[in-house]
Amino acid sequence: MWDFPLFPSQASTNAAKVDALMLFEIGVLVFFTMLICILILGFAVRYRRGKAADRSNPPTHSLSMEVVWIAVPMALSLVMYAWSTRIFFDLFSPPADAAQIDVVGKQWMWYIQHPQGRSETNELHVPLGRPMKLNMTSQDVIHSFYIPDFRIKQDVLPGRYTSLWFEPTKVGEYNLFCAEYCGTNHSIMIGKVFVMEPADYEAWLSEKGVGPSQAEEGERLFVQHHCAGCHRDSQTVHAPKLEGVYGRPVPIQEGKDVRFVTADDRYIRDSILLPKNEVVAGYEAIMPSFKDQISEPDLLKIIAYIKSIANRETSQ
Amino acid sequence: MNAAAHARHDDGPPTDYLSDTSVASWLLTTDHKRVGILYLISVTLFFLVGGVIAGLMRLELMTPKGDVFSTPDTYNRMFTMHGVIMIFFFLVPSIPAVLGNFLIPLMIGARDLAFPKINLLSWYVYIIGGVMGIWILIHGGVDTGWTFYTPFSTMYSNTMVVTAAVAVFITGFSSILTGLNFIVTVHTMRAPGMTWFRLPLFVWSQYATALIMVLGTPVLAISVILVALERFFGFGIFDPRLGGDPILFQHLFWFYSHPAVYIMVLPGFAVVSEIIPCFSRRPIFGYRFIAFASVAIAIFGFLVWGHHMFVSGQSMYAGAVFSILSFLVAIPSAIKVFNWTATLYKGSLRFDTPMLYALGFIGLFTIGGLTGLMVASLAIDVHVHDTYFIVAHFHYIMVGGTTMAYLGGIHFWWPKISGRMYSEIWGKLSALLVFVGFNLTFFPQFLLGYLGMPRRYFEYRPEFQVLNVMSTAGASILAVGFLLPLFYLGMSLRRPRDAGPNPWGATGLEWQIESPPTTHNFHEPVLVTCGPYMYSPEEAEREYASQHVHHA
Repeated sequence: MWDFPLFPSQASTNAAKVDALMLFEIGVLVFFTMLICILILGFAVRYRRGKAADRSNPPTHSLSMEVVWIAVPMALSLVMYAWSTRIFFDLFSPPADAAQIDVVGKQWMWYIQHPQGRSETNELHVPLGRPMKLNMTSQDVIHSFYIPDFRIKQDVLPGRYTSLWFEPTKVGEYNLFCAEYCGTNHSIMIGKVFVMEPADYEAWLSEKGVGPSQAEEGERLFVQHHCAGCHRDSQTVHAPKLEGVYGRPVPIQEGKDVRFVTADDRYIRDSILLPKNEVVAGYEAIMPSFKDQISEPDLLKIIAYIKSIANRETSQ
Repeated sequence: MNAAAHARHDDGPPTDYLSDTSVASWLLTTDHKRVGILYLISVTLFFLVGGVIAGLMRLELMTPKGDVFSTPDTYNRMFTMHGVIMIFFFLVPSIPAVLGNFLIPLMIGARDLAFPKINLLSWYVYIIGGVMGIWILIHGGVDTGWTFYTPFSTMYSNTMVVTAAVAVFITGFSSILTGLNFIVTVHTMRAPGMTWFRLPLFVWSQYATALIMVLGTPVLAISVILVALERFFGFGIFDPRLGGDPILFQHLFWFYSHPAVYIMVLPGFAVVSEIIPCFSRRPIFGYRFIAFASVAIAIFGFLVWGHHMFVSGQSMYAGAVFSILSFLVAIPSAIKVFNWTATLYKGSLRFDTPMLYALGFIGLFTIGGLTGLMVASLAIDVHVHDTYFIVAHFHYIMVGGTTMAYLGGIHFWWPKISGRMYSEIWGKLSALLVFVGFNLTFFPQFLLGYLGMPRRYFEYRPEFQVLNVMSTAGASILAVGFLLPLFYLGMSLRRPRDAGPNPWGATGLEWQIESPPTTHNFHEPVLVTCGPYMYSPEEAEREYASQHVHHA
């Protein structure tokens, strides 16, 4: 209980990069703090009242010195800026082959859904050495998904999808915190991240028997909520088919103009909950809203299903 | 008619501004010095309330489990009230409303502020907001945090969010009125010869602060009113289920609240820029650079609000822009620190209480500012955002910086305000305790934050305990440091007036008149013929030698 760490462990590819920059900035901080302290203490000793010293013509200004102490902090700032922005852009540009995991935050727990079908609460199992992308949303207030040992954090917002990726580099158990204040039990909205050997991870995924995948679950919900009735083979209702739609631009009628929107997670989610907002050109705004009828995890499953048919030909 | 009134007044013997002791004369005063005293008493009371809450929170955090407050809700309400009270009722008004009100007219050779009645009104507005704040505290509190983030504040919190929003809204007007008054006063009330570049740097900084107060506070008012409207009517401004955007609130809120950090710390610069030349007996180094740095900070301050949202889901390009702008604010801050330090060179230094506070300020502000570079760095901010690293950083700037400067200023001008000297030994002890206690309280929090302890946690993982115990121990030292001045400054009031007009041998106009000043400040029209800080270190040495000749 009284162990006393001063630096968190480095358990992702991002952690070592952030720590290197941090050490550089600590160096800058120590240097300037010491410089100011030594100058103040030095002057305090040398120019203490009553102590003999040369006090003739104290300078009242010096343009060259001002320029120096503007230019040096400016140059150091630019170095820090370029360095940190580089790491940041990498952190928010996931590699194309990253495996996807869905996360839903709610007061006060984390719900996590693996694409292969297994879901878990307040625990996140991931394989060592594989880039993982988290697709996250919240069911109520703003939360923030934070794994200190990975040096990553991203707010989790209601009504919106945010994402985060990482590549674990060390097998072990790590804290998962909610960092954005979210109400009464904010401080116990805590989880654990388990980084496992890839083989152990595969075994863990199928531990409870191989169930339906997330996309299969999504297809079941698609039928259950009567989406299929209109969006598949309806003879009576004129609704766009969804095969091959995901990730492509769709035309939206706006007055006399048509604008294009990419059919991504955000668009599909809004089309289910706020269907009148962005109606595909050539269709009437007749779809009812499914607001408060489909839970956040189920929405993610339906999106997974629509994504799984992204490469199928439209049946029309 | 006015002329007649003045003539009658001038016939009587000049009386100091404290001589009329009736309650009515205080509550109806339009004397800027008396309004300053009203603020002094009220911000001190709020500081005590906010401080007691802080102490209880630190006790709670001494162990990983909740054991002081019965429920996490109580803790959440406490940290909200600590933030609201300390920011809106102590830090924002402290230096401008107490020292600014008292000193600006004296420093520019004016009889009063431009709008004396509005000045009194601003205090009443502040008190109404403050009484509401205390009422909320007694009747259950608010659990949203001082930031009132939506949609938690608009849809999920069951506490007195609307009342708190109204209290903050009302208090904001006090800030706006004070700011307006200062701007107009500095533009129109300067004595003949008091050109812009002969203004004391205190006035420059207060002027820059006033600009932020007037331009920024209305945005805060709008944000809290939108929160109230959303709670009452569910307009869907912030509610994503109705197509609203919860992040919109953060943009509005930080558009005020980031510049507000400079409302708190620019006045600190103001005080330090007066104390250091006086106790070094030499002109301040780089006067114009310090003056323009204040204005630059006020302007840049409005362009960096997005750095509070690096992990909120805003675009990474927006993050990159806000990051570089945040780095830029560091430059004018660095200019000031280096210029103050250079002012010590070839000075004739005395280390009285105000000087100790001012030097302590430089140390704490340097650490606070440099850790600000870490927070401006996108990749590091991702990790430390919403952790104790941030808590430590902004306490170093706002509490370390502002409070050290405020106490330094109170000690510096106390002889002028009260006519009394205080015990120098106790004063030095308080400066030392505050400095040591502060570092012991907040330095461990940098480590806690980098280790990953999130802020606003009622309970925490056991591995964080050692550092939390250190922090709580520091807080108890800090508390003693803060309480001491209350006693020895209070005690000094019981002594006869012994300060004289200019106990520090300072050069500002405020030191040319009696302590405490008369009601109408100056007996004769003031004519200014030179800049501030006309000190000479060599002359100071000669004086010193002649006083200490017997010891030789």
